[in-house]
Formats: sequence, structure tokens, C-alpha cells
Amino acid sequence: MKKNKNILPALFGVAALLIFIILLENISAIIPGLPQVFQPTSPLFTVLKKAAVYSLVAVSMNLLNGFTGLFSLGQAGFMLLGAYTYAILTVPASQKDQVYYLFGGCAFKFSIVDLFQSFLGSSGAGGAAAMVLGCLLSIILAGCMAGFFAYLIGFPVLRLKSDYLAIATLGFAEILRAIFQWQKLGPITNGANMIKGFPTFSSFNITDANGNVLVRLSTFVPFFITSLCIVLIVLLIRSSYGRAFQSIRDDEVASEAMGIGLFKHKMLSFVISSFFAGVGGALFAMYVANAQAKAFTSTMTYEILLIVVIGGIGSVSGSVLATFLYVACSEWWLRFLDSEMFIGSFKVPLLRNGFRMVVFSIVIMVIVLFFSRGIMGNREIDFGRLLGKKRNVETGKKKVG
Amino acid sequence: MGEEVLQISDLQVSYGGIEAVRGISLTVRAGEIVTLIGANGAGKSSTLRTVSGLVKPKGGKVVFEGEDITGKDSTYIVSKGLMMVPEGRRIFPNLTVLENLKIGAYLRKDELEKDIEMVYGYFPRLKERSWQEGGTLSGGEQQMLAVGRALMGRPKLLMMDEPSLGLAPIVVQGIFEIIRQIHEAGTTVLLIEQNANMALHVADRAYVIENGKISMEGTGRELLEDEKVRAAYLGSVE
Repeated sequence: MKKNKNILPALFGVAALLIFIILLENISAIIPGLPQVFQPTSPLFTVLKKAAVYSLVAVSMNLLNGFTGLFSLGQAGFMLLGAYTYAILTVPASQKDQVYYLFGGCAFKFSIVDLFQSFLGSSGAGGAAAMVLGCLLSIILAGCMAGFFAYLIGFPVLRLKSDYLAIATLGFAEILRAIFQWQKLGPITNGANMIKGFPTFSSFNITDANGNVLVRLSTFVPFFITSLCIVLIVLLIRSSYGRAFQSIRDDEVASEAMGIGLFKHKMLSFVISSFFAGVGGALFAMYVANAQAKAFTSTMTYEILLIVVIGGIGSVSGSVLATFLYVACSEWWLRFLDSEMFIGSFKVPLLRNGFRMVVFSIVIMVIVLFFSRGIMGNREIDFGRLLGKKRNVETGKKKVG
Repeated sequence: MGEEVLQISDLQVSYGGIEAVRGISLTVRAGEIVTLIGANGAGKSSTLRTVSGLVKPKGGKVVFEGEDITGKDSTYIVSKGLMMVPEGRRIFPNLTVLENLKIGAYLRKDELEKDIEMVYGYFPRLKERSWQEGGTLSGGEQQMLAVGRALMGRPKLLMMDEPSLGLAPIVVQGIFEIIRQIHEAGTTVLLIEQNANMALHVADRAYVIENGKISMEGTGRELLEDEKVRAAYLGSVE
């Protein structure tokens, strides 16, 4: 009962955000002459897209590391599975020979989008519906593939604890990356080459017959899917399953004494987290417009772990907030540090290629020093409070610390 | 006395070659408070942990309400109505008091509100701190929470592992008063204690464990008056 009161303002917040994103994306078409930052080519939209994708992966990692207490470093591996599953399923059949030319075509001759087009029509509204449905189904299947692999490797690795679990999952991700680059699997994975030609975020823009963009939706799409997934994760965390996950994190022995099956619940959390990492991987492939195993390195996992730690282990809103700050800093706000700058004839010292990462590292160190439990700790942003509603003393969820 | 609820016969538990329990047999009947007393390392906690499914026994048999539950997993055992208050309280520090209580009733979904009210009736202090995180409570409050959490599982038999551990005497008295109330409300209790004086006063029957074996048994009063027990566990020879 009390929960729904808190979740409702959050849902309104998400809906408002999505509408705002659509407006922001199209504002330059409505009002001409706005500054460069509102143009579709601005880094603002790159950052928004990438951060939307990353925040889903960060929240999925937080579900596992922060809420279930399983220190896993396999996130990049599950993203890789999701990205490849999505890419292989959605490259149009007509383009498969071209993409897989080194291996004489793809082992999977069909494309899910083509399948939908075969009975919804390939042009006009039918074609658009087929594209949307085909992509959504492929994204879900991408998640399922990652979840399925998580289920398989969960049997051996979930019996391990803390650091050992981290090493095992990290190893799994690295092995997966090597296998996907194996030439013998070329007809499926295209070997070490990238798979491309599948629908990306900009495929969702609404265009007229000549290909001119009428309504841009390329930033809205990742926001929409990510928001949907994060809402699902939050509902899970607030359910009795979520409470059981948190009790396992707090004290394994006590939760076992309460009748909570440790292995079953750890597996559940691992599979669900991997499912969303797989969805995140599919979105990442859409964002970079290709799927390539060498992109999903352990560095990517560390990047996401860093985001989770900065945001606060055990805080969903912290992870989201930290993702946007992290991506904005690394992709946009600190970019100027990488190029030489002259004020008049005075050359600003230190600014050169690579200096950005130095400053970035210092910023992260400062954050970790002053917010030792992350920006949000294990608290959440209270949307009800943001809307100015007073807490009820009796039912308020404010924690006295 | 009622019928036998729990029967342990010739239970043996060992941890990698070290025998902690070497053939313990005991019986708990419906409506009793039974206590096991003994020194550190006598095998009291191991017995309890084995009954609740956290440790698998090496040999022997545990029968609960006529059903053999030896070596079954804890989910099954809890679902049968055997709840444990673990040693050292072990509440969930990052969950609120209310969430802690809900975890106690994890295996069932019905009538949670009613049971939460029942627990708050025993422990009004917990109601005041309902939204506080478990880790911020005092030791005594944490023990109340641990007992309340176990009561949420509607136990037929409540097993408590050293509820007085590390608590001030006045708090311990409060906890034992609650144990008495819970018992009067119809719950059978199996109590493990080092605080033999308190335990024997509250118990109907008691067993003394030494080196993994039962060395003595009798009613609480009998053991209280026994010279050997007084010397070893009550610290007074008169």
C-alpha cells in the first residue's frame, strides 16, 4: 500500500522526462536559430544516448552487487551476448551476404524484422510497425540469451564467494570475448569483424517518403527502453524477492535460517541482472551501430563498476545520476582539455591530448574521498518530496540514521 | 504434557573431522519450554543449527511432528513451522525494522498485517522504530527484532540460540519475560543458554550438554537444585 504512494510520483517523473526528451530532440526543428548545443549533431545527444544505455547496465550491475551482495564482474560478457544476439537477429536478410562476405554469408538466413514485414508489409505504417516490433522482440531475445548463459554458468560460479566470484565471472566474460572473435564461428559471429547494417536508434526517426526526418526519436528510444527496464528492476527490488536479495546481502546465515533458499535467490538475481545487461548490450550495439567483440573488454566492466561505486552501491537513482555525470564528463565537458588552447598569443599550459583523463581521474578521486559511500549512499531520490509533498510521520520512509 | 513435537535421536555433527556433537538425544513436547545449557563449545549451537537445516548431520535422526526432517534444507524446515533465532541476533542491518519482520514471514503471504501487529504488541519499542534501519538499533532492540522476526514465521516450535548473549541483565530479564509470554500464548520453545540461572528458572525441562553429549536431564527445578550443576553453571557452591 505504502509503496505505491512512493512509486506513483516516480512514474510521473519518468513520463515527464520522456516527453521532455522528445521535445529537446526536436526543438531545433521547431525553433530555428538555437545555439549549436540543441542541434541533433551536438555532443549533448551523444551523451544522452550513451548515458541512457550505460545507466541500464549500471542499474543491472547494482541489482547484483549492491542489492544481492554478489560481486560479479561479468557485465561486459553479458552485454556482448546481448549485442551479438540483437545484431545477428536483425541484420536484414538482403544485407547478410554483404556483411558476412568473408564467410560466404550468414548461418542464420532470416531476420526478425523481415519476418514481421512479411505479414505487416514493408512500407508505410506496416513497415514501421514491423521494424518496431521486430527490434523490440530481438532486444528481449538478446536479454534472454544473456540470461540463459547466466543460468548455465551460475551453477558453478554462484557457489563461490566475493573475490572468487568476481574472478570467475571476469574470466567468463574474457573467454566469451575470445570465442566470439574465433574465425571458425565466422558464419555466425562474423569472426573478428564487426556486424553492421542492423536497425539503430536513428532507424526509429519518423521520416517522409524522401527520407527527410519529420520527428526525431533516436534519443527517445534508448530512454524509453532504459526507463521501462529500470522501473521493472525497481519494482523487483521493492517486492518480497527484492527484500530476500537484500537479506542475503546483509547476512547469508540469517536469511537461510528464515527459510530463504540461498542458491535459488542468488541464481534468480544473477539471471535477471544478466538479462538486463543483455538488453543493455543490444542498446549499446544500436548506439555504436555495430557489434564487435573487441569493444566489450573488462575495461567496460570497470567503467560500469566505477559508475556504480560513484553513484552509491545499493542506490538505483545514484547509479542513474552517476552514469549521466560520468558520461557527460568523459565524453563532453572535459573534452576541451584535450585540445591546445590559445588566449591571444598565450598558450594555456598543460592542455594537450590525454590531459582530460588526468583531470578526470582527479575528479573521481575527489568524489570518492568526499563521498566515501558514493553520491547517494544507499538512499534513493524521493520523487514525492521533489514534487513538494510532505512526508507523513507515521508512514514516511525517511530513515533515521 | 502434550505430545512429542521434536525428537532428536543419537545426533552426530562434525566439522571436518572435529566432532562437535557426539550422539545427542532429546525430546521436546508440545507446550513446553525446554532448555539446553552447557559451556562454550559443548555442542549446543551445533545441535540447533543441525535441526534447522543449516548444517548437515553426520548421523542420527531428527523427527518433527512425526516427520523425519534429517538433512532437509532450511526452506523446507522453516515451512514446517520450525523457526530459529540465530546466535548473535543476526538481524539485517540495512533493512528497516518492518522489512526485517517481513523477511521472517517470507515463506507465506497471508495475514502479514495481523502478525506484524502481534509482534508490535509484544515489542512496542519496535513499532516506534518501524522505519529505522536494523543496524541502528541497540543490542536489546536487535534481540527483540530477532525474536519478532522469528515469530513472523508462526513457529510451532521456536528455537532460540543464546538470546541473552551480550545484553545487560535488565534487558535479559525483559527478553525472558517475553519468552514466557510467547510460551503462554501457545508456542513451544527450545532455548539454548549459557545464562543457566535464567534459563532454568523459565524452563519446564532442561538438558545439560558436555563435550557433545547429554550429561544430565531433569526439570528446571531439579537441575537448579543439583550440586554439580550449581558448581559448574551457576557459580555458587553453598
